[in-house]
Amino acid sequence: MVEHVIPKNLEEALKYLNAKPYKVIAGGTDLMVQHRAWSALSPNFKTPLLFCFNLNALKYIKVQNDEIAIGSMTDLETLLDHPLTPEILRKVISVMASPAIRKVSTLSGNIINASPAADSLLALYALDAKVVCRSLHTEREVLVSEMVLGPRKTQLKAHEIITEIRIPKTSFTHTTFVKVGGRLADAISKVAFVGCAQIVNNQVKDLRIVLNAVSATLIRQKAIESQWLNKAPNVLQSQMDTILEAYEAYIQPIDDQRSNKYYRKQTALNLIKQFINTL
Amino acid sequence: MTTIKFTFNGKAIELTTDPSRRFLDVLRNDLRHTGPKEGCGEGECGACAVLINGHIVNSCILPLANVHQQEVMTIEAFSKTKRYAIIEEAFIHEGSVQCGICIPGMIIATESLLNKNPDPTESEIRIGLSGNLCRCTGYNMIVKAVQRAKERGRGLW
Ligand SMILES: Cc1cc2nc3c(=O)[nH]c(=O)nc-3n(C[C@H](O)[C@H](O)[C@H](O)COP(=O)(O)OP(=O)(O)OC[C@H]3O[C@@H](n4cnc5c(N)ncnc54)[C@H](O)[C@@H]3O)c2cc1C
Ligand code: FES
Ligand code: FES
Repeated sequence: MVEHVIPKNLEEALKYLNAKPYKVIAGGTDLMVQHRAWSALSPNFKTPLLFCFNLNALKYIKVQNDEIAIGSMTDLETLLDHPLTPEILRKVISVMASPAIRKVSTLSGNIINASPAADSLLALYALDAKVVCRSLHTEREVLVSEMVLGPRKTQLKAHEIITEIRIPKTSFTHTTFVKVGGRLADAISKVAFVGCAQIVNNQVKDLRIVLNAVSATLIRQKAIESQWLNKAPNVLQSQMDTILEAYEAYIQPIDDQRSNKYYRKQTALNLIKQFINTL
Repeated sequence: MTTIKFTFNGKAIELTTDPSRRFLDVLRNDLRHTGPKEGCGEGECGACAVLINGHIVNSCILPLANVHQQEVMTIEAFSKTKRYAIIEEAFIHEGSVQCGICIPGMIIATESLLNKNPDPTESEIRIGLSGNLCRCTGYNMIVKAVQRAKERGRGLW
């Protein structure tokens, strides 16, 4: 049996992490499936575990400066019902997993699990969300889109724990979320899309497009977005082919049990097109 | 080994065991409560559902450590409540039970939904039950039962 600790508070958790590279376990909805053993046997964890889900000091949602600050052990079901949760994040969470799974899963788990098909990351990338990573002696803030390096790879350091997710307050006139999956609940995306835009006086003032499940990490290309700012929506619509070609270079899906390359690529391009046509 | 303390069906209990174990195994093998079933074992079917602080959770992917200091209720204790009696009558009336293996989970999902939203629309009922699979009934009879339970149980939730 590996070593286990249920820390009483955050300070104790940070001390344990400083002494040894414990694996932080939040809701466990990814970890328990990945380490599944035969029924009745303990899961096959190889590293010592730090159970953090019930650290009440990390369960909160509040306004802090110009940001929404979310404690890392806040569950997704609570976020779904909370008035401070940004609209687009709420839309995404509403189709993640099921009520039973949402009650015991977290944003930090979705981020550090770093799946190319992670759904909450669509909204977190679009909103320029950041995570606060703490160790006993350090604290740093990292953009979620920079935290994730590749499938199951992040830049979280061995002695760090995510304590907070920070989302800058932003307003949009248009927000769209589409998830293509095999079932309404409990489905991993074949491909999913978030689009956000702010149109003022018939000019695109803000544009954000994010896709999952079509490359090793989620796609958000700020360089493409900024080329289309301060133009009228019908200019974007008339130059659709140029926009789609720019995205096509980044859309590199794979074949797997859920879908295939051709379907994923075509669907991703259709979703971008559909969104721009609604502006 | 770690000692985990929680409220189990109304009683405070303590267990000293490996806290990474699946709560489902602890329920069925240590506590001998076999109402929660193992269907998929990976969070997708809801057969293993229990109530934690009144909300549905799948016990097959829940590490025992995460129930520390929480309130757990299984179908065994829930079946002694007035709310259960209403749900049971509705499931029988609508013919919502065939083989029965999904039913403990469906009832837990119904209770969790009505607890949060005593007057759900049909679409909210379908979302509330969306994590529970049934291989027999085609779901419509179960949805009807939840509608009947909410009507007949007004004031209980
Ligand atoms: C049936 C089912 C359906 C699902 N459906 C979806 C879906 O629709 N969309 C989707 O995107 N995902 C889905 N998932 C995956 C999963 O539920 C999510 O990724 C969830 O957000 C993980 O959160 P958790 O708290 O359970 O993570 P855990 O399993 O506890 O942890 C996951 C990883 O994150 C690390 N970690 C967690 N918290 C911290 C922290 N604070 N600091 C540092 N490291 C941390 C852990 O060490 C681990 O590496 C589903 C899973 C199941 C079982
Ligand atoms: S056995 Fe737990 S969800 Fe299927
Ligand atoms: S009644 Fe048989 S699985 Fe639902």
